[in-house]
Amino acid sequence: MGKKVLLIEDEQNIIEAVSFILSRDGWEVKTHSNGHDAIDAVRARTPDVIILDVMLPGKSGFDILREIRADQGLAHLPVLMLSARGQAKDVEMAEHAGANQYMTKPFSNAEVLDAVRNLVMS
Amino acid sequence: MATLNILVLTSLFYVVLLFAVAFAADTAAQRGRGRWLGSPLIYTLSLSIYCTAWTFYGAVGFAARSGLEFITIYLGPTLVMIGWWWTLRKMVRVGRSQRITSIADLISSRFGKSNALAVFVTILAVIGTTPYIALQLQSVTLSYAAFADFGANTGEEINQNLTAFWVAAGLAVFTIIFGTRNLDANERHHGLVMAIALEAVVKLFALLAVGVFVVWGLAGGLDNTLDRIEASAIARWDVPGSRWVGLTLLSAAAFMCLPRMFQVMVVENDDERHLRMASWAFPAYLMLMSLFVVPIAAVGLDIMPQGSNPDLFVLTLPLSEGRDGLAILSFLGGFSSATSMVIVAAIALSTMVSNHIVMPVWLWTTGGSAMMSGDVRHVAMLARRLSIAVILFLGYLYFRLSGSGAALAAIGLISFVGVAQFLPALLGGLFWRGANRKGALAGLATGFAIWAYCLFLPSFGPFMLMPQEVLDQGLLGISWLRPQALFGTEGLSPVVHAFMWSVSLNTLVFFIVSVFSFPQPVERLQGAQFVNVFEHSTTSGGWRGGQAQSEDLLIMSQRIMGAGEAQALFSNAARAQGIDGHLPEPTPDFLGELERAMAGSVGAATAHAMISQIVGRATISVEDLMAVADETAQIMEYSSELEAKTEEQERTARQLRQVNEKLTQISVQKDAFLSQISHELRTPMTSIRAFSEILRDTEDMSENEQSRYASIIHNEAIRLTRLLDDLLDLSVLENAQIVLNLQTATLSHLLDRSEVASGMSDGSFKVRRSPDVEDIELYTDTDRLAQVFINIMSNARKYCDAETPELSITPRVEDGIVTIDFADNGAGIPADKQGTIFEKFARVSETKAGGAGLGLAISREIMARLGGSIQYMPAQTGAAFRVSLPLSAENTAQAAQ
Amino acid sequence: MSREPNPLFLAKRTYHGRRMADAARLLPILGGGLFLLPLLWKTPSEQGGTGTVQVMLYVFIVWIFLIGAAAILSRRIPRSESDPSEPEQG
Repeated sequence: MGKKVLLIEDEQNIIEAVSFILSRDGWEVKTHSNGHDAIDAVRARTPDVIILDVMLPGKSGFDILREIRADQGLAHLPVLMLSARGQAKDVEMAEHAGANQYMTKPFSNAEVLDAVRNLVMS
Repeated sequence: MATLNILVLTSLFYVVLLFAVAFAADTAAQRGRGRWLGSPLIYTLSLSIYCTAWTFYGAVGFAARSGLEFITIYLGPTLVMIGWWWTLRKMVRVGRSQRITSIADLISSRFGKSNALAVFVTILAVIGTTPYIALQLQSVTLSYAAFADFGANTGEEINQNLTAFWVAAGLAVFTIIFGTRNLDANERHHGLVMAIALEAVVKLFALLAVGVFVVWGLAGGLDNTLDRIEASAIARWDVPGSRWVGLTLLSAAAFMCLPRMFQVMVVENDDERHLRMASWAFPAYLMLMSLFVVPIAAVGLDIMPQGSNPDLFVLTLPLSEGRDGLAILSFLGGFSSATSMVIVAAIALSTMVSNHIVMPVWLWTTGGSAMMSGDVRHVAMLARRLSIAVILFLGYLYFRLSGSGAALAAIGLISFVGVAQFLPALLGGLFWRGANRKGALAGLATGFAIWAYCLFLPSFGPFMLMPQEVLDQGLLGISWLRPQALFGTEGLSPVVHAFMWSVSLNTLVFFIVSVFSFPQPVERLQGAQFVNVFEHSTTSGGWRGGQAQSEDLLIMSQRIMGAGEAQALFSNAARAQGIDGHLPEPTPDFLGELERAMAGSVGAATAHAMISQIVGRATISVEDLMAVADETAQIMEYSSELEAKTEEQERTARQLRQVNEKLTQISVQKDAFLSQISHELRTPMTSIRAFSEILRDTEDMSENEQSRYASIIHNEAIRLTRLLDDLLDLSVLENAQIVLNLQTATLSHLLDRSEVASGMSDGSFKVRRSPDVEDIELYTDTDRLAQVFINIMSNARKYCDAETPELSITPRVEDGIVTIDFADNGAGIPADKQGTIFEKFARVSETKAGGAGLGLAISREIMARLGGSIQYMPAQTGAAFRVSLPLSAENTAQAAQ
Repeated sequence: MSREPNPLFLAKRTYHGRRMADAARLLPILGGGLFLLPLLWKTPSEQGGTGTVQVMLYVFIVWIFLIGAAAILSRRIPRSESDPSEPEQG
């Protein structure tokens, strides 16, 4: 069985696209679509890698990431951040919050795939 | 003669030793090995420069003349030291947090960085200290001469002037070498302090040795000594109360105000915590220094021949007993007392003279152009060195001119009263926010005038600087103005008299002028920072390194200190930490250093607050920031008061501020808007790109999937187009480029049209209309108005969550204004969202209902163009909007264009 | 200047530290008073007057007492520099 990816994203179409790409590559994809209880979802699903959108309803992706990093049991999880606000300061913020990688939308499918593979490998 | 030679050799050896110690300490400090150099013990010992040759020789003379009175000179400083929690703690903290370089600097920076005040204090300090330096030179030559006298058969006269000259020259060389190694007066002079600490030990040891010799060697034990005191001329306890109290207060005041004491206590202070040890250890030092004074005086009076100088008993007693070794030790003690005082005084004065007189004059004459080039450093260094030489030469000159007439103690006390004039400005500045520059200047001037008139000028003796008749009958023959009995206060000794009048009138004038004049903004800010120094600064608290961003810190400090200096500071720190590149780790040490450096430019409080913001330090509170902001606001208030001398200026200033605020606001909004647009555009583009790649790259795909993905791409493309349309529309509306296409139409027709266009008429929604009042003829841009209606209806369709959704539309006409209310039966818009629904990209719910969130923003712009408005009505059960506009848009449309 | 209201009750340590600071403030006043005391003594011209020796011994004893008291206090005053008990001045 493939490794688990948790995709936290609120845009239905993007969820569908990313799930499609990853599951065809052999990943088990779990999804979650709001910010409020995202951290609980992370705890419950025990993923190997997390893909996290920045603009989520309820709570910003940066805050969720900080929570993950502050949690002893989760801090080690590799996190790929996705954002549609392609500004330099967002990249910085993601870095401060502890993201392993940051990608600006729109991305190519191959990029996402590579990124997720690399994150689990390293 | 042999003894004299040994004395000269020993002295030379001692001087070489001092050089070596100073040099070794400096070298160790530079290599960073000298942690112990900054120990509290060294600090305490360095304070001992309070005990000059006047103490070493003069105290015994003082005691021989007036008994126990001499001890007041040590009781004052003792009380100040054990009361460190009151004053010294604050003085040291202010000195460190404000990077104060001298007492003149402290007073001037407290009172609005006034250079006039600094110059004044400097000149007064030089006048007050020069006689004191002369006194030290005199003590060395006198003690040397005393040796020569006991050498009996020398035959040749000792040239006192020559001795004094060489001592002065030697001290100048020593001070220049170890006192001006670094330009930054704030740097500690480790070598010099070390040498002074050594001298402190030597003089204490020497005096104790002489004391032990006198008590157990000459007097024959403790009891016998006490008997001798009882039998001596000073056995009576008859010190006048006024002198006992007055001199204690005087010495306490002088202890805080003497430039040299300020130098060792505040400027050379390495760590505030050293005060803790000094608070008891220095009084102990003073106690030991005065322990044997009375016994030596009593025994000296007993043994020595009538008419011998009691000021030299410490030296002549061992000499007369043939104890040459002890006498040489005693000479070295006196020599140490004299030299350490002169060295520190010269450094303190030279810092003042060069910083407040030479440098400003030089910068002024060169027109400030030199600030740009790098040679300021050299000039400052040169100025300081020259000042040292000049000050010592002045001391020598004073020595030559005054001769050796006056008793040592007299000059000491006169000097004390002179510097005590700084006290009101000093304490007022530290504890009273209302103190201001005019008050300080007036008080100081008053105090010094009285001091000069009552004490300093008469001290040169009658007929020298002050005619005898003035002394006897007062200025212009007014007896109330007699210099030594002002306002008829006879019966006080001249010193106490002058001290009392000068300091009290000084204080009074300082207070009155401060109360009745208004401070400058800088004074007010400095006042707050000095008086509340414990709230504003944490010099010794130290920084905990947080997730400070060195880069942010660099950017900020570049703005404040200038790019070059800031970069140099950062790369030095990085190098010291062993890091390549120019950004150091934000360690507590580095942050502290940076804060101090910035404090030089923006003040301690601001620097601290600024760094705190970047570092995210937990202990900086909102109150701290508010305190700074408060003061800043006050300053702005006053400066704008000053600026706006005429009404017109005031108006212009206000307009400029408004424009500035607006520009800032627009810039913030623009950023947020761009960020939003980026998000709104990139999101559909992401889906489009992802699915088109899936369609392109995936081979085995069901037809069902293919068509589904294609339709997603299609829908997202439409969403993009709609968004762009809306954006363009909004931009056109906002820029007032719209050309209204005015037509006549009835309201009912427009509503019908909108109902169809918004998809309301498909039966899913029940629309309640009032056909009887809808027959209103409107002259307006009907297409635009319909667009508004469509937006409102589509919103109702999207968001109304009632089971059987209904929308009622009620028009009304009043005074040429038509209002149309649209109310649905859903849950309405939550109260916290109502304020923002007309903003761009505002969405009420988190689920995306298709639109980009621009519809209501566009509607609002349209209604504004049509001379009307659109509002949300919170009082209704469901979502309710009220559109109102004039029946005829003729006039408003013209006005809009 | 507005500042945080001081808490009503403090930890014992903090409380003790503040009282030590109070003592440090009082000490120079006490010392000043003790040093002034000999002025009230009888001068030797009167019967049973005091001489220099007695005053000298008295002064030195007071002195040593003050040094000792200052030494003890300087160790007991808390080292935290942001001392909240700093009185409002000015």
